[in-house]
Amino acid sequence: MKLLIKNGRVIDPASGTDKTLDILIDRKKIAAVGSKINDKTAKVVDAAGKVVAPGFIDMHVHLREPGYEHKETIATGTLAAAAGGFTSVACMPNTSPINDNPGVTHSILTEAKRSARVNVLPIAAITRESAGEELTEMVNQAKAGAVAFSDDGRPLTNNQLMRRAMEYSQMLETTIIDHCETPDLSAGGVMHEGDYSYQFGLKGIPSSSEEVMVARDIILAESTGVGIHLAHLSTRGSVELVRRAKAKKIPVTAEVTPHHLLLDDSLLEHYDTNLKMKPPLRDKKDVQSLRKAAKEGVIDVIATDHAPHTPDEKEVEFDQAPFGIIGLETCVSLILDRLVREGILPLSRFIEMISSAPARILNLTDKGKIQPGADADLTLLDLNREVIVDVFAFRSHSRNSPFHGWKLKGAPEMTIVGGKIVYHC
Amino acid sequence: MAFNHKHLLGIQSLSAQDIRTILDTAESLSEISSREVKKVPILRGKTIINLFYEASTRTRSSFELAAKRLSADISNFSKATSAVVKGETLKDTILNLEAMNIDAIIMRHASSGSPHFVSSFCSSHVINAGDGTHEHPTQALLDALTIQQEKQTFKDLKVVIVGDILHSRVARSDLYLLKKLGAKVVLVGPPSLVPPAFKKYGAQIDYNFDRAIEDADVVMMLRIQLERQKRIYFPSLSEYHELFSLTPQRFSRAKHDAIIMHPGPINRDVEISTDMADSAKSVILKQVENGIAVRMAVLYLLLGGKEREITD
Amino acid sequence: MEDKVKAKIMDSRKIKRSFHRMTHEIIERNRDLNNLVIVGVRTRGVFIAHRIQGLIQEFEGIEIPVGVLDITLYRDDFSDPTEQHIVKKTEIDFSIDKRDVLLVDDVLFTGRTIRAAMDSLIDLGRPKSIQLLVFIDRGHRELPIRADYVGKFLPTSRRERVKLQMKEIDNKDEVLIIEPAGTKQE
Ligand SMILES: [Zn+2]
Ligand SMILES: [Zn+2]
Repeated sequence: MKLLIKNGRVIDPASGTDKTLDILIDRKKIAAVGSKINDKTAKVVDAAGKVVAPGFIDMHVHLREPGYEHKETIATGTLAAAAGGFTSVACMPNTSPINDNPGVTHSILTEAKRSARVNVLPIAAITRESAGEELTEMVNQAKAGAVAFSDDGRPLTNNQLMRRAMEYSQMLETTIIDHCETPDLSAGGVMHEGDYSYQFGLKGIPSSSEEVMVARDIILAESTGVGIHLAHLSTRGSVELVRRAKAKKIPVTAEVTPHHLLLDDSLLEHYDTNLKMKPPLRDKKDVQSLRKAAKEGVIDVIATDHAPHTPDEKEVEFDQAPFGIIGLETCVSLILDRLVREGILPLSRFIEMISSAPARILNLTDKGKIQPGADADLTLLDLNREVIVDVFAFRSHSRNSPFHGWKLKGAPEMTIVGGKIVYHC
Repeated sequence: MAFNHKHLLGIQSLSAQDIRTILDTAESLSEISSREVKKVPILRGKTIINLFYEASTRTRSSFELAAKRLSADISNFSKATSAVVKGETLKDTILNLEAMNIDAIIMRHASSGSPHFVSSFCSSHVINAGDGTHEHPTQALLDALTIQQEKQTFKDLKVVIVGDILHSRVARSDLYLLKKLGAKVVLVGPPSLVPPAFKKYGAQIDYNFDRAIEDADVVMMLRIQLERQKRIYFPSLSEYHELFSLTPQRFSRAKHDAIIMHPGPINRDVEISTDMADSAKSVILKQVENGIAVRMAVLYLLLGGKEREITD
Repeated sequence: MEDKVKAKIMDSRKIKRSFHRMTHEIIERNRDLNNLVIVGVRTRGVFIAHRIQGLIQEFEGIEIPVGVLDITLYRDDFSDPTEQHIVKKTEIDFSIDKRDVLLVDDVLFTGRTIRAAMDSLIDLGRPKSIQLLVFIDRGHRELPIRADYVGKFLPTSRRERVKLQMKEIDNKDEVLIIEPAGTKQE
């Protein structure tokens, strides 16, 4: 079946395109891109006044299945992703069991085939049980479908092991993603260490907890020559380290979440556990630095770190609440309204950070671009539609978002995955 | 002079006028405790829960006596006697208590911000009796009442607070309160226990007790907890004692009419020498006595009278 | 929302005469003046108490002790629910056990203030007797309470307010009837 998307403003960062074009989709692939394409056999989508972008890829989500289906499932998480404008999500291995063997990867992909709205790209663990002691069978996991490796949430502190993992991964077209945290600096911490943590009487997580590991990873990337991707950077110190590494052509890439671009630690005065995540919300200077780094390309990717928890788990004392917030259904509107519309991040740069950049880092050669032969994954945006975030209307199983009630302008209009419309607002 | 708060969560949310209202009310109420019949009927029919997740006989009893002297009914719930041990969440515990038609919850909890969390969903008055390392507002108020009785004014008083500032909710509440009333506050202790962030809240910081105590009007010693501070924050108690304990020699550098305070319970000869704790300059027992008056004032101001319009 | 003065009922001369008369009645009735103590109800009752004390001293040469009673904590009629009642100190630095207590207030109306004052006195000790002096009795009692000494009976409507102004705080002595702008009651 064919789909013809007409008169949209096509923005394709991979080719530097930004003009009104038609896109013809034939089954799962893009068949043609040009002006005034006509095909009487195709179903026509009128995209006039809308932005057409390569399908958005969230390279950092927690789908919670298997093991924590009360928080989220592959079905609900991908439903949320589709509604949020995402055509692919890469899911972290901290499920139960942990995705540290080809069997788990296989079962995730099987369930995805059955129930997922969007492409599910499993990320496997670097070490068994993510315990930081022994390597997993990385080659076999890649064969089973793992697109990257990470011990997200369980910082890999053993430097030798990280080095060996990086070396070993050279046999593969995959990336290692590191959650940068130094446990003995962050131990017991529940928010950013700074003026506010002392005021609120909450134990702090110092910026150095992240920066020590960012520095370590950069040093290992330089000495091994193997690339590494740094998840959810949060501090200006990390930004500086990455900036210098990139200037020296060290193969390092980095990501940032919408919440670290928009929120800071002063907001924790009401002890709202929906503002508790790792890394924690940092201070205002950090936010400024992250925004600048995103604009300048020091940070490559925007990813949500979508981390569902149930209300029961979150409605507890601040220091006892689990870390993490969800982001799939708010990310696009938040960035469009608060950064793009405000002139802080150009629209094409945003689209690059959320489509072509993650595709490049995850080696998804047929994704993140709009050209004949590429996968027919597209995200349509309406820059003028106004939405009010309503956590009770989320498709996600959970509603642990600090953005409830926010009024935002700009939203996903349509999500197309493999030539099929999976979401239309 | 109206006190328009529903809860007492911390000193930070009070104005200087609010603090003065509490202190004036406490002064008026203090006489009741010296009567033969130590009871007035104003809170008759009100039900108050003392919910103590951390053991603290002193603060709990002080609140209990304060409530009883105002004729309120008060019940004690501790972590051990509640369903918490059976895994009940704080929210469920509170909802169960509220189902019993209570009017106020006095809460002591190890998690900073837990009274704020409770106040976000519960309809009773919430009184913070100490939350984690955040605030202990009634302790600061009783300290203030004591200082007011001894010094009449707060303006330009030099108050030196010594000890584990980092983990002290008392130090935080005292700092906020004393700054609101115009005092000068110097925080003293080893740098690992006195974060510079407190400068933002108006404190001066000094790591040298001998220098800081010069011309002090009030010297407030904090309890050093032996359990927590093993070698991460300072190497040994004897070194701590040498640098930061209150001895007669050190105290002689303060103003001649300076007073000694301590929120208790004291570790004799650790942060304070026995002769200092028992000296005529010590107002430690006066603080305990004032605790009841201040807590009566807080209970009266929050629960006394009919429903008022609450602005906070 | 301005209160309006409807009438001036007494001036300082008349007020002085009432004080003299009441003092003579007190002296007549209390043979053992040495057993008498006076307790004034805040605020104006305290000034009345001190005037009575002065007059007894003048007439008989005996100094009667005066105490101050704050009844906020005994009230059952928070008349204005939007207003926080400020608690002031009760200051009675003598024992009232076995004494004849002269309780003094400015205006007697529903009787609830006096009920609260008596409850408070009884919590403070066991007096031999309690006598009540009010400067104005304006009727409309809700409790079975009667004053032993009255400066002036002044039947009024419920809506009106009666105000005893005293030079100690109001700069001059006078009794006014006031028409409140709202429906506030004393
Ligand atoms: Zn992480
Ligand atoms: Zn994560």
